[in-house]
Amino acid sequence: MIVFYAFAAVAIGASLLVIAQRNPIYSVLLLIASFGALSGLYVMLDAPFVAVIQIVVYAGAIMVLFLFVVMLLNAPQEDTDMDERRPLPVHKGAMKFGGLLAAALAGELVWALTRSSDPGAFSGGATDSVAAIGRSLFTDYAFAFEVTSVLILVAMLGAVVLAHRDRRSRASRAAVGPVGNVLPQKP
Amino acid sequence: MTPLFIAQIGLTLFVFFMLLNSAAVMVYVERKVAALLQQRLGPYLVGYKGVLQPLADVVKLMFKEELRPKAADAFLFALAPIISATCAFAAFAVVPFGAATTLFGLLDQPMRLQVADVNVAILVVFAISSMSVYGIVLAGWSSNSKYSLLGGLRSSAQMISYELSYALALASVLLLGNSLSLVEVVDQQAGTWLGFVPRWFVFLQPVGFVIYMLAGIAETNRAPFDFPEAEQELVAGYHTEYSSMSFAMFFLAEYINMVTVSAVAADLYLGGWHGPFLPESWGWIWFLIKVGAILFFYVWMRWTLPRYRYDQLMAFGWKVLLPLAVVNLLVTAAGVLYFQ
Repeated sequence: MIVFYAFAAVAIGASLLVIAQRNPIYSVLLLIASFGALSGLYVMLDAPFVAVIQIVVYAGAIMVLFLFVVMLLNAPQEDTDMDERRPLPVHKGAMKFGGLLAAALAGELVWALTRSSDPGAFSGGATDSVAAIGRSLFTDYAFAFEVTSVLILVAMLGAVVLAHRDRRSRASRAAVGPVGNVLPQKP
Repeated sequence: MTPLFIAQIGLTLFVFFMLLNSAAVMVYVERKVAALLQQRLGPYLVGYKGVLQPLADVVKLMFKEELRPKAADAFLFALAPIISATCAFAAFAVVPFGAATTLFGLLDQPMRLQVADVNVAILVVFAISSMSVYGIVLAGWSSNSKYSLLGGLRSSAQMISYELSYALALASVLLLGNSLSLVEVVDQQAGTWLGFVPRWFVFLQPVGFVIYMLAGIAETNRAPFDFPEAEQELVAGYHTEYSSMSFAMFFLAEYINMVTVSAVAADLYLGGWHGPFLPESWGWIWFLIKVGAILFFYVWMRWTLPRYRYDQLMAFGWKVLLPLAVVNLLVTAAGVLYFQ
């Protein structure tokens, strides 16, 4: 139980510090710490496979990309041009939409927490063996699994389209010639 | 405090000590082999044929001044070598290196020669090796030096690219072994085919073995894939600004990572501690021989091949190695389905 509270405290504390940090590099590192604590919680739930996958996928792959991007942009401080004491500019529509989303999240949390007070209510089967997880993913949760894969496919396509358009526009700019007309112009 | 518990603690300390020593041995072997390949003598002054040279190096490193650039991020600058060294040691914890033994009858029940028997050991090795990139990336960033930063960026790009092929090669083996536990994968390789060919997975997975070795070299940042520290372009890459013992920790981590990659290769592809002529309880000798052979191959590669160009490395990783690994995985899966 002490171990559980230790992991939970690390997870919550690190997550809070992620958004309280000014330095994005530290935010990324704290997020990794939070993932590590979550992984510890999975181990305590007798799900070592999920725990290791959490580390491999989130801490090992995704956060490396985050760190990579933050380092490439080289933004050590989230510098804002405005004075800290002045109130932030308020956008009415954005505020309302954000409030709506926050209320929805809070409502869902309350609903979920009050609904399954019995920890034995989850009947998803064994999570300790890889075979069991695979079987329930491809049978009981096949729809959610496929929808997620379509989502990732769409994101991948989007990234390809964005990167490709960038290259084409650069190529057309190069053909026109920003400095001098190197390439022969078509009439 | 049962005898088994005490034996486990002893084993853990033993593994820790041996990993430290293996780094020292590897430094000596690396310098001697390099010298042989270049027709030099190599270290020969300290001790018999220079065998105490690593010890002299360690003493020298200890007495050097610990430097830190003024504009460096002090906390992360100190943390980075710790992450590297910790990940290097932690990865070996799940690697089995011998059959279960009673230590010549001292214990009443056999003990596995493995620090932690985890049933998802292959994934743990992979997870820890994917965490070790943070040591290098943070070292590069926190030094606040352009060479270090370039080294760190290169290493993160390189490790992400080669991790995929590495993972797919591992996945092919665990399809064959039908288990994520390293002990079970090794035990499936006991015995022989036709009475003389050992049942090692390297004969079923020749392509996978090559992919694993190439990706392993890239993961440990060794030549010909040593871009994070390419001397001619980046001075020393991510550890340019490090000195004394914090530099030694990166150095240590590199050699221990080599040992771990070799040990996992021996377990997954070369039958681990199984081999002819020796009884099962002496299998660790086979294991040492196999790991030694792979380590020699590593050193040999480093001093034979020139470094790739960076774009060649990326093109090779994404356009050759990754498709090959995917095809290998698909063929393996089809084969396993067909022959089962």
